[in-house]
Amino acid sequence: MTQTITETENPWIDAPSGTGPVLTANVKADGKTIEEMWDAHRFSLKLVNPANKRKHTIIMVGTGLAGGAAAASLGELGYHVKAFCYQDSPRRAHSIAAQGGINAAKNYRNDGDSVFRLFYDTVKGGDFRAREANVYRLAQLSVDIIDQCVAQGVPFAREYGGLIDTRSFGGAQLSRTFYARGQTGQQLLLGAYSALCRQIDAGTVEMHPRTEMLEVIVVDGRARGIVVRDMISGAISSHFGDAVVLGTGGYSNVFFLSTNAKGCNTTAIWRAHRKGALFANPCFTQIHPTCIPVAGDHQSKLTLMSESLRNDGRVWVPKQGDDTRAPDQIPEDERDYYLERMYPAFGNLVPRDIASRAAKRVCDEGRGVGPGGLGVYLDFSKAQGGPAAINAKYGNLFDMYERITGENPYEVPMRIYPAVHYTMGGLWVDYNLMSTIPGLFVAGEANFSDHGANRLGASALMQGLADGYFILPATLTDYIGANTLPPVSADHPAVREAEASVNERVQRLLDVNGTRTVDSFHRELGQVMWDYCGMSRNGEGLRKAINRIPELRAEFWDNVKVPGINEDLNQSLEKAGRVADFFELAELMCIDALHRNESCGGHFREEYQTPEGEARRDDDNYAYAAAWEFKGVGLAPVLHKEKLTFDYVHPAQRDYR
Amino acid sequence: MRLTLKVWRQPKGATKGHFETYETDGVSPDMSFLEMLDVVNDRLTLDGQDPIAFDHDCREGICGTCGMVINGVAHGPERATTACQLHMRHFRDGDVIHIEPWRAAAFPVIKDLVVDRGALDRIMEAGGFVTAPTGAAPEAHSTLVPKEAADAAFEAAACIQCGACVAACPNASAMLFTAAKVAHLSRLPQGQPERYGRVVKMVATHDAAGFGNCTNIGECAAVCPKEIKLDTITALNRDVISSTLFQ
Amino acid sequence: MTTTLARSGRRPAALRSTVGRKQLMAVTGVLWFGFVFLHMVGMLKFFTGPESFDHYSHWLRTLFSPLFPHGWFLWLQRGGLTVALLLHIWAATSLTRQSRRARPVRYARTTNVQATYASRTMRWGGVIILLFIVYHLLDLSMGPANPGYVRGEVFRNTVASLERWPVAIAYLLAVGAVCLHLYHGVWSALQTMGANSPKRDAMIRRVSKTVGLLVFVGFASVPVAILLGYRG
Repeated sequence: MTQTITETENPWIDAPSGTGPVLTANVKADGKTIEEMWDAHRFSLKLVNPANKRKHTIIMVGTGLAGGAAAASLGELGYHVKAFCYQDSPRRAHSIAAQGGINAAKNYRNDGDSVFRLFYDTVKGGDFRAREANVYRLAQLSVDIIDQCVAQGVPFAREYGGLIDTRSFGGAQLSRTFYARGQTGQQLLLGAYSALCRQIDAGTVEMHPRTEMLEVIVVDGRARGIVVRDMISGAISSHFGDAVVLGTGGYSNVFFLSTNAKGCNTTAIWRAHRKGALFANPCFTQIHPTCIPVAGDHQSKLTLMSESLRNDGRVWVPKQGDDTRAPDQIPEDERDYYLERMYPAFGNLVPRDIASRAAKRVCDEGRGVGPGGLGVYLDFSKAQGGPAAINAKYGNLFDMYERITGENPYEVPMRIYPAVHYTMGGLWVDYNLMSTIPGLFVAGEANFSDHGANRLGASALMQGLADGYFILPATLTDYIGANTLPPVSADHPAVREAEASVNERVQRLLDVNGTRTVDSFHRELGQVMWDYCGMSRNGEGLRKAINRIPELRAEFWDNVKVPGINEDLNQSLEKAGRVADFFELAELMCIDALHRNESCGGHFREEYQTPEGEARRDDDNYAYAAAWEFKGVGLAPVLHKEKLTFDYVHPAQRDYR
Repeated sequence: MRLTLKVWRQPKGATKGHFETYETDGVSPDMSFLEMLDVVNDRLTLDGQDPIAFDHDCREGICGTCGMVINGVAHGPERATTACQLHMRHFRDGDVIHIEPWRAAAFPVIKDLVVDRGALDRIMEAGGFVTAPTGAAPEAHSTLVPKEAADAAFEAAACIQCGACVAACPNASAMLFTAAKVAHLSRLPQGQPERYGRVVKMVATHDAAGFGNCTNIGECAAVCPKEIKLDTITALNRDVISSTLFQ
Repeated sequence: MTTTLARSGRRPAALRSTVGRKQLMAVTGVLWFGFVFLHMVGMLKFFTGPESFDHYSHWLRTLFSPLFPHGWFLWLQRGGLTVALLLHIWAATSLTRQSRRARPVRYARTTNVQATYASRTMRWGGVIILLFIVYHLLDLSMGPANPGYVRGEVFRNTVASLERWPVAIAYLLAVGAVCLHLYHGVWSALQTMGANSPKRDAMIRRVSKTVGLLVFVGFASVPVAILLGYRG
């Protein structure tokens, strides 16, 4: 049952029913309501004798919010944890860049919040493509996360009375977002990192920074270890354990330009996917509407400006295309405040996906501003209270904007444009966060579980910490308690095979010795993805991309230039390995986007929209998570479906007019 | 813009380093400093030479990965700005720019501009935490924290562990980093029970890592991209005295 | 698992640390500052004429007599200052050596962003002051470096030494070094002892500047007066 991707109209294979892994959430809570489910499920989980825990080794890849929190918590339980990250310190994981905050259903404001409401909002915000059981648990745990972080010394913003301040964020009608000025992500990560430090000092966690995972070792059908490359010496070695956890973040960098850190990559989850872990909903990407636009060809990454700016700024473009006048020379009646015009009820505060698509639309009409015509104005000249009030609220953001663009946003309107920011898709996991490879767990942005087709603001931090602090310690223990896991020998054929494949791949990259840099390929791939699988997609474009990507990939393997040797700090080699994996992932994203004949959340298919230009979901045919099975490079992947049922939140059309 | 770069090249930690001169043309004022280096590296790669190794990740000034001494100043000439957020419009056509790694015995050079800052992690592991195992936390509102204390703790906690303070200090001391970490926790009620043991252990680890001592010169705070203030060191000194005399 | 430092181990660890040694420097430095300041006040008696000045120096030996026998307090004070000086030098040397080791490879180019000249020259300034103290003792306390030395005739000895212009200039330079040392040292000592704060910082900096200048003017007045012909 193999066919190549390019030779068919539908470059994928629908798994005949009854074949392949059974995709059920594995919730063991028969007859319980959603409120009781996590408790009942936890009661069903196996335990491990405290004295025995130190005999079990857990491999943790990635030490951001999810991985770092899990490594620390598992170490506290007494497990022997071997943690790996590509950064020089766990404190640098990209969780650090989250600005806005973290949601929690504390209802400190007495504004009607509850666990159920946070659950409801998250399912609805995800456009009904998330698993209810997981989302409910997330909302339940949100409350404990705040307690845990406060105990660690996370300096949340406070009121004068000494209580924690909260704010409304991302268009939510409740003030349920906890924050630490504009660096909530950094402060939460420092909390997890400090807990991790304590365990490193205590000897339960063995930390391996500047070490990149390049392969999963699967022995007798179970994940038992990883092959890593020491990024300083180039040494390739294997590490074994009773279970492997991937907390390696998202894959927005497939677009080259994104708000992710330069090092963020898909390698860990893609290698696992190649070894049998299903990849769910890869096309669900989130575009953030307020980023600083691209300034030129040299651009290496995009910078996010907090969404809160839309509370006071007005978004506009000139009514006429190709208008090269300075913004203050364009009279009021020649400006198009398009969000206010199109969405009079919500105006500039429409959700992220809607604001992003509207910006793209006006720029596609040739009315964009700034270099390349890819930008819209965010204007504060008429903001309430004048420059002084604006400075008090957004002073640091204005400084950052000026630092990057060299323009003073108090005098000239800001220019913004949408950018890729988060990926909801990821490895498919069950309720225990275990992938379809037994013993391989996936946490945080790397899994697909909680956000459906669109993530709400301030929910990413919540998910990473819920997975790491509270869910994995329980579910991993169950896996270890329930299974007998004999030690793996370094001579096992599966280990040899994994190491050989890593060595072979590294050598292959070094041997090409072509004429193009890794970055030039990455940029070109990113452009294809942005054009055809970005903010809005259509069948024709996706087919183009599906044809173009293999060509580009072939050229990459034929003509890339990776200087230097393996036995060295070789940043070009690191990048090359990651880009090679992005090439394979990119194809799957396009296939997923093409197969999903509906629009939902961050996935907007131009063919499937309402007459008003809004996303049109197809719940009858697509209320499932699309979990893809790898069949080989260039071969059609096999689609498995996890049916999503909505017993508590009933699907409805979103309307912001 | 046309620039002359004098870049420290050191193939491996153990080998001797030297300055290499690179002429670069067509630099746009809108480029960030690291994007300018990207362009140089692209050319080096295509010319069959080893590109300049430098650490970087988020490129938005928060992860603390990047860091180089640019014309004698850690992170370059702009105040409160990391190297990744420094833009070329702050340089002039024809400028000669010296680029060196952080220089400290505790930060051995790995390659070119990349140094090993693991010593800062060791200081954190020695005591930069509150002993609060997962699950043991009381309800968040059970401890009130005065707004002033929370704000002061936040200001210290804004440290991004980039190591610029060490690079700028004439003594290669990491006291500002250590003090920021100590102050973050000592300014909060949660940090009180372990306060005095923490400061002594962290300072002892700082010293053992091979950093120099603080002589109150203040270059650290002047180059800190997150504007950590010298008063964190005052507070650390006070806590060390308290741990000796009063505890 | 916890990693709290046991209470009993804290004190020695704190004292041994770079911070502890720096605090030792601060305490000994403050003692010396007190001495230097009083010494300067005493020096100003020079302007009251030979008789009064010699009488003052004699009085110093009678201090706290008869609680201590004649001259004992002076020796006690000399002993205390010597110990303080040795500790100050020991701490400075060990810390300096640690700092040197901390940066084995120097920068090709350094730009000071805000460091003051005084703060960067504490070590060489300290060495200059130490050399000066040795000379000063040989010159005015013991005599071998002073051609016209007569024991007990303090005014005359002072004039005999400082009327030689190279000596006067060396003296002025040394006093300048003391001034710079105090300008950074007084502020630094308070910072090191944890007595500084953002609110007090500007005030403490002003005070240390004033103190440094005061000491300079006070001490410099004597050689300047002698060079200008003042003989009591």
